[in-house]
Amino acid sequence: MNLLTSWLFDPTNWSGPTGVPARLLEHLWYTALALAIAIVIGFPLGALVGHTKRGGFVLVGAANVLRALPTVGVLTLVVLLAGIGLVPPIAALTLLAIPPIMAGAYAGIGAVEPVVVDAARGVGMREREVLFQVEIPNAMPLIFGGVRSAALQVVATATIAAYVGLGGLGRYVFDGLALHDYPQMAGGAILVAVLAVLVELVLTGVQRLVVSPGLRPVRTSGGIQR
Amino acid sequence: MLERNAAVRCCGYCLRQYRYDRRDLGVIEFQAVTKRFDDGTVAVDELNLTVDPGRITVFVGPSGCGKTTSLRMINRMIDATSGAILVDGKDVRQSDPPLLRRGIGYVIQQAGLFPHRTVLDNVATVPVLAGWSRAKARKRAEELLETVGLPASMAGRYPAQLSGGQQQRVGVARALAVDPPVLLMDEPFSAVDPVVREDLQTELLRLQGELDKTIVFVTHDIDEAIKLGDKVAVFRTGGILAQYDKPSELLARPADDFVSNFVGRDRGYRALGFLTASGLTVGEIASVRLGDTAGDARRKLSDGWVVVVDERKHPCGWLSADRLSGVDEQAAVDADLVLSGGSLYDTEHGSLRSALDAALSSPSAQGVAVNGSGELVGSVTADEVLRALAAARTAGEVPQ
Amino acid sequence: MTWVFDHLGLLGDLTVTHVYLSVLPVLLGLVIAVPLGWAASRWRPARAVLLTVSGLLYTIPSLALIVILPALISTKTLDPVNVIITLTVYTIALLVRSIADALSSVPPTVVAAATAIGYRPFKRFVGVEFPLAVPVVVAGLRVAMVSNISLVSVGALIGIAGYGQLFTNGFQLQFVTEIVTGIVATLLLALVADLLLQLIGRLVTPWTRVGR
Repeated sequence: MNLLTSWLFDPTNWSGPTGVPARLLEHLWYTALALAIAIVIGFPLGALVGHTKRGGFVLVGAANVLRALPTVGVLTLVVLLAGIGLVPPIAALTLLAIPPIMAGAYAGIGAVEPVVVDAARGVGMREREVLFQVEIPNAMPLIFGGVRSAALQVVATATIAAYVGLGGLGRYVFDGLALHDYPQMAGGAILVAVLAVLVELVLTGVQRLVVSPGLRPVRTSGGIQR
Repeated sequence: MLERNAAVRCCGYCLRQYRYDRRDLGVIEFQAVTKRFDDGTVAVDELNLTVDPGRITVFVGPSGCGKTTSLRMINRMIDATSGAILVDGKDVRQSDPPLLRRGIGYVIQQAGLFPHRTVLDNVATVPVLAGWSRAKARKRAEELLETVGLPASMAGRYPAQLSGGQQQRVGVARALAVDPPVLLMDEPFSAVDPVVREDLQTELLRLQGELDKTIVFVTHDIDEAIKLGDKVAVFRTGGILAQYDKPSELLARPADDFVSNFVGRDRGYRALGFLTASGLTVGEIASVRLGDTAGDARRKLSDGWVVVVDERKHPCGWLSADRLSGVDEQAAVDADLVLSGGSLYDTEHGSLRSALDAALSSPSAQGVAVNGSGELVGSVTADEVLRALAAARTAGEVPQ
Repeated sequence: MTWVFDHLGLLGDLTVTHVYLSVLPVLLGLVIAVPLGWAASRWRPARAVLLTVSGLLYTIPSLALIVILPALISTKTLDPVNVIITLTVYTIALLVRSIADALSSVPPTVVAAATAIGYRPFKRFVGVEFPLAVPVVVAGLRVAMVSNISLVSVGALIGIAGYGQLFTNGFQLQFVTEIVTGIVATLLLALVADLLLQLIGRLVTPWTRVGR
């Protein structure tokens, strides 16, 4: 157990430009950036295909292929082709985060009951209004599920991206590896694990706030009153 | 000028009075309307039909007969392949579909309420779309919830927390929000259980009595069609209009075998619902009051039975020799002793059908007849009803 | 392209290792997940605990788990066992939920009929409930398999063999072809595995193939 905690509890590792807080912030920054771009690209695509119900096959196929891509392979390839720096790794991270978001948007909007969409058109909403006022709010659980999945994906991949020169908590793993410093590796790994769990918890909390209470599973307490 | 006309009909146990004034708002015309789908199926075939304003018109028929398609062409949820649909003289194709739909109420099976919005916000949807302030829209929504018979406490609930019948009421309220002259209803009551369905049907008739909307109602249930429709359009598979008439005409004079089969084997019995019982003789009936002694009751027994009434002369049940056996002479007749059962025949408003029903359902074979205020006036027997029916036939009395 | 042909032997070895490292966890994971999933479908508290723990485990990034394991179970850092156990844990986490949902969705009327006929609980599970749950389980297995095939490469970062070596080697030597070969090989393997699983799934459930 000492192996796992010795590096973590050493206060010198918590200060300075290579200290835990700094690396943590880097990691969060990469995650936020990649996630934001992935949402901007993936969400409209998934939403559009889900709403128009055209191109679903292509979208699902593309998402599956993207998901099967080995993260290490994509990272190394992009960096080799586009050079070291911030952009190539972030681009790779974004690419890998798009499938869950796209799939979540597509599945979510596709799962909105046709009766509800029909009623939305029937009361006189324009297509744009149907999408934004009815389909998206009702698809929120699945959309958010996709976002959470993507967020975890990015946190994990950002760790690996340290291999190709990116900062963040993954640095501790690879620096430790190079120095045969297992406690450092372990420390980094534990920090990453904790961060991932925290991100998941926070996003779950946000989901509860964002998703309409009308979409929560209903607990029938003693039958419905006529 | 408003013309007032009080016309009355009795259908089953519910009493319906409606008045209509002649307005031009809400005339719907189908002119040679055809709908052919991409795979070749003809859903609606050269439909020519005019929907009367301020009335309930029912489209009825088996599946695949084009009734729903025809309805959905009115608010352009589906566009016709050829022909024109005019609402108040204006071709619907000249209107922008969303704007057209905001001016037409639309109620569908399973309500189609927005799960992510509260009941109040669901009802307030169209006013907000039309530009009202949210506060004003919500106020209107509150009024409408009351109109459709829902308690104000429902306003903050979500559709998932409501029963099927309650959801349908909200659906109707949503459709009425901007007070459109036309209301389209696509099998709205088919997904709820029969008890709730009857309630909703009665509610609709009551609402119509207050609001006088032009309602086009689609159903596959001929009983519902006859109960609700001022006029009924029967469609055949393939989108062909078989007959378009008042319900009484459909029952008395079906246009062909299809219509008569569709209307059903007991259409004769149903037709009785449209015959007034003006020629029916009401006979004497023996009665005692609650609180009279058992001895009085025994003395009054006629053919073994006597009716018991309360202090307002409303009948509450029967007493027979059996029920009275062993009861002390001086004991008072009370509610426990009385045998309830049998429907009532209202002499002022009832039809031959309700008279026959009263006679057949009474434990004593004497149907209880009451006046318009519910007071006992006499009895009717099944024989009398059949005699009156024969008289109506020979007199050539046309069912109205 | 010539590089590929020159190194077919290497590719062959790496494929064998990669297949071994990705398939074994799926098999192990399945075997362990079935009783756990059954428990979760039977008892509500078990379901709550199992699903929460699996959810948590699934959240942990693969590299982190691979690195932490040696300290927890006293293996050597470079031991492939770490990868196998990590992937098994992920497979279990994924499948428990899948199996629990699948078993819960078997129509209770079918289960009741089986009991009424005279099946004992274990036989009933093996003969009736589980077979009906197979389609959903196969779907879960496909996700787990593809996911594992991709994750094995992560092991290469700390020196474990598999297609990941092509990436690390290629990166260090700045040799794009090698990396591309690795990506293509991974995708091919994933495709083949997916198709195989679909096929097995269909063979095992003849009743789903019969159309009207």
